[in-house]
Amino acid sequence: MNKSISSYVGAVATLNRWAGYLARAMIFAAIFICFGNAISRKAFDLSSNAYLEIQWYLFGGAFLFAAADTLRANAHVRIDVLASKLSLKNRLAIDLIGFTVFLLPFCMLMTYFSWPMFTDSFYRHEMSADAGGLLRWPIKLCIPAGFFLLGLQATAEILKTAVQLKQLKALSGGAHHD
Amino acid sequence: MTEWLAPLMFLCLVVFLLSGFPVAFALVANGLLFGLVGIEMGLLKIELLQALPERVLGIVRNETLLAIPFFTFMGLILERSGLAEDLLDTIGKLFGPLRGGVAYAVIFVGALLAATTGVVAASVISMGLISLPVMMRYNYDPRIATGVIAASGTLAQIIPPSLVLIVLADQLGKSVGDMYQGALLPSAILTGLYALFIFSITWLRPAWAPALPPQARRLLPADTAITLRLRLRVAGKVLGVLLPTLLLIFLVLGTIFLGIATPTEGGAMGAVGALCIALLKRKLSLKLFNQALANTTQLSCFVMFILIGSTVFGLVFRGLNGDLWIERLLLDLPGGKTGFLIAANTMIFLLAFFLDFFELAFIIVPLLAPVAQKLGIDLVWFGIMLGVNMQTSFMHPPFGFALFYLRSVAPENIKTSDIYRGAIPYVLIQILMVALLIAFPEWVSNLETSIETPVPLQLQLPDF
Repeated sequence: MNKSISSYVGAVATLNRWAGYLARAMIFAAIFICFGNAISRKAFDLSSNAYLEIQWYLFGGAFLFAAADTLRANAHVRIDVLASKLSLKNRLAIDLIGFTVFLLPFCMLMTYFSWPMFTDSFYRHEMSADAGGLLRWPIKLCIPAGFFLLGLQATAEILKTAVQLKQLKALSGGAHHD
Repeated sequence: MTEWLAPLMFLCLVVFLLSGFPVAFALVANGLLFGLVGIEMGLLKIELLQALPERVLGIVRNETLLAIPFFTFMGLILERSGLAEDLLDTIGKLFGPLRGGVAYAVIFVGALLAATTGVVAASVISMGLISLPVMMRYNYDPRIATGVIAASGTLAQIIPPSLVLIVLADQLGKSVGDMYQGALLPSAILTGLYALFIFSITWLRPAWAPALPPQARRLLPADTAITLRLRLRVAGKVLGVLLPTLLLIFLVLGTIFLGIATPTEGGAMGAVGALCIALLKRKLSLKLFNQALANTTQLSCFVMFILIGSTVFGLVFRGLNGDLWIERLLLDLPGGKTGFLIAANTMIFLLAFFLDFFELAFIIVPLLAPVAQKLGIDLVWFGIMLGVNMQTSFMHPPFGFALFYLRSVAPENIKTSDIYRGAIPYVLIQILMVALLIAFPEWVSNLETSIETPVPLQLQLPDF
C-alpha cells in the first residue's frame, strides 16, 4: 500500500477508535445514570428531567460516535446469503461503489444539513422544553460530528478497498500474463 | 405514470440488500437514489432530504430504544458470568431421572435464561457446550438433542425482556410494558408446547430421549448415604443456583410489571444486577467487561443505523406513495382481518429466511402496521404474533442463526443435517403458535387495559 495512503488510513482509524472508546464510556455512563435515577426516584422521590435527558444524550452520542468505528471493524450487519457466493473481487467492487456513490455523499449531505441545526441551537442557547431540562446544542452537535467521522471512515474504507482490488487485479493479471 | 416508482423502489431495495452491502447503508443508498430520481422527476422536493437531520434527532430522542444497550449489556455480562452453566448443571441433574429429562432441563433453563438475558447466541452456545455433550453421551438422538437446544435458546426472542418486543413496541407505537405483559402467556404456552413435544417423543420413541443412568445424575458424591441433612444440602444447592437468577428476573421483570420501573430502568437495573452477580462469582475481569461493553456499543450502533437507514428509505418511499401502494395491496386481500393476518404472517415467515428481526421490524413492520390499524387489529396482539413468527428466522434451515451458533459449538460427530432436521419440528410448533394466536386473541393478556407505568413512555413512532 502506498505510504501516504496507509498513514492516512491509519490516522483515521486511530481517531475513530478513540471516538469508539468515547462511545463505550457514554453507554456505560448511561447505564449507571439510569440505574441511579430509578433508585433515587423511588427511594428519595428525587428526580429531574436533566437525569432523564442526559440518558438519551449519552446513548444518542454513543451510537453516532460509534458508527465510524463499527464501519472500520466491518460490524455493520450484512445480508450475505447470496453475496457470500460472489467472488472476493465482486464483493469488494460492490463495497467500493456503495461507499463511494452512496455512503460518502450521504455523510457529507447529513453533515452539511445538520450543521445549521446545531449553530442555530447554539446561538439561541436553546433549552429543553421540559422544566430542569438540558441545553440542546451538545446533542445537536453530535449529529454532524458523528456523520463527519463516519464520512471520514468511508474515505478510508474506499482507499482500503481500492488498494485491495488493485492488488487482486495485479495478482490475477500476473498469473495470466507471465 | 409514476405509480410504478414505489414498486420499483421496493424491488431495488431487495437487490441492494442481497448485494451484501451493509443493511443500514443499503437502505440509505436506496433512499438516496430514488430520492434523487423523485426530485429529478418533480415528484419530491429537496426539503424532504433537508428534513433528515430532524428525523435523526427524533431517533436520538427515542427513549424506548434506550433499553437496547442496557439489555444487551446485561445479557453479555450474564453470558460470561457462568450463570447458564450453573443452571444447566444443577437442573439437568434434577430432571435427569426422567425420560427426556435433560431435554426438559434445557427447555426450562432456556426459558429462565430468556427471562434474564434475552440474547439467543448466549443461550444456544452455553447450552450447546454443556447439555449437548451430556445428551450425546447418554444416547439421545442427535436431532432431538440439537433441536431442543436451538429452540429453547430462541425463546429469548419472545419471553420478556426481549429486544424483539422492544423494537416492535417502538415500531408499533405501543408501550414496551404492554408488549411484555402481552407476551407472557403466549411465551409460556410456547414453552409448554416444546415440553409437550419432548413428552410425546418419550412416549413414541423412548430410545431417542432416555433417562440418565443413576451415576450420572448425582448432585453429591456417590457414596454418601441419603439422610435428611443430605436432602437439605441438595435443596440448598439447587436454591443457591436458582436464587440469583430468580432475583434478577424479579429485579427486571417484577419491577416493570409492578409499575415500579419503566422497561428502560428495568434494563439498567438488570445490567447493574448482572455486574453484581458476575463480581460475586468472581467471573468479571476487566477484559471481559471491556469486551461486553464494546459488543454492546457495536450492536446498538448498527441497530440504530438500520433505523436511520430505514428512515431515509421510508421518507422517500412514502414520498413516492409507496405506503398507499402497500396499503391497497394488503387491503384488497380476501378474508378481511384474518386474510390480512395470514398474508402478513406468511410474508414475515418467508422474509425471515433472509432477514433477521431488526431488519424485519424496521423495514417491513412500518409498512404493515398502518394497514393493521386500519383493519382494527390490536397492535399489541399483532406485535406478539409477529414476535413469535420472527423466532422462525433463527430456526430456519439453512440460514437460522441459532443453528449457526449451535453448529459452531457442536462436536464434529454431529452432522449438520441433523441440526437442520432437528429444528423442523420446532419451526412447525412456532407456526402452530402463530395460528393459535390468530385464533385466540384473548391469549395476549392485556388487549384492552394497559398497565400503569410511572413515567409515561414517550413513544415516537417514526412516521413512515
